[in-house]
Amino acid sequence: MSQSNTLTEEHFLLNRLKEKEENQSSGDRASNEMKLEFDAISANESFARTAVAAFIYPLNPTLEEISDVKTAISEAVTNAVIHAYDEEFFEKYRDLDDGNELKIYIHCELFNRHLHVEIWDKGKGIANIDLAREPLYTEKPEQDRSGMGFAFMEAFMDDLEVISEPGFGTTILMKKKILV
Amino acid sequence: MDDFKVIDNYLMVRMPEEIDHHKSSYISTTADEFIIREKVGNIVFDFENTRFMDSSGIGIIMGRYKKITYFGGKVYTINTDTRIRRTLMISGLHKIIEMME
Repeated sequence: MSQSNTLTEEHFLLNRLKEKEENQSSGDRASNEMKLEFDAISANESFARTAVAAFIYPLNPTLEEISDVKTAISEAVTNAVIHAYDEEFFEKYRDLDDGNELKIYIHCELFNRHLHVEIWDKGKGIANIDLAREPLYTEKPEQDRSGMGFAFMEAFMDDLEVISEPGFGTTILMKKKILV
Repeated sequence: MDDFKVIDNYLMVRMPEEIDHHKSSYISTTADEFIIREKVGNIVFDFENTRFMDSSGIGIIMGRYKKITYFGGKVYTINTDTRIRRTLMISGLHKIIEMME
């Protein structure tokens, strides 16, 4: 039982890597890179967006570009805090996860002036990605969620990919070019 | 605590420097308490101090909009900078609320 889970998880991770490679500009080496790992709690939403904003400061981004990136990061991290590790995750999937960590991971790379951000969690995953990406769709209207998270990520970044598998987590890939 | 003030029939809410999910439930629940207790007809969100807002801010305004308009009231935003105005427009909120410069 536990072995089949491991295999599926490996399969999922491999797929994720493959899709990630396909998304990346071919053969380029990142000119700068950073990784973050932090607890999935709301207090870290501001930490995450500020850290990524600081990472792109050397490119002299405009206030608008900083604000765009901060908003997109905030949306992705908030989604992971609210949805990835919610009651459904604990009911359905918690026992599959032998580790005890409820973490969010961020990996940023710069290819010259192209920012690539990968944000992932090991939470419950998204069953219907198309539905989740629809503007105004939210699973938690009672918490005053607007359902605009993915729409904002799409509006403020140049490119957005969502990869997810129920029970194994969600990966968000976003790209933005910081203009000269 | 001066962030929430009642002037005539208006609840004035001074929004914080950063509006995100972490801060949003405090603003929503406090505003709702005022709406019920003071029976205000309209609500004004003041963004003078706000430098960052994500979709949680849209959720706050949408939620209050539903409550206030149920009794025929209006929702206003004031002192919005260009970035906050852009966020409000992407979400479509500018069609249902009154945006003052």
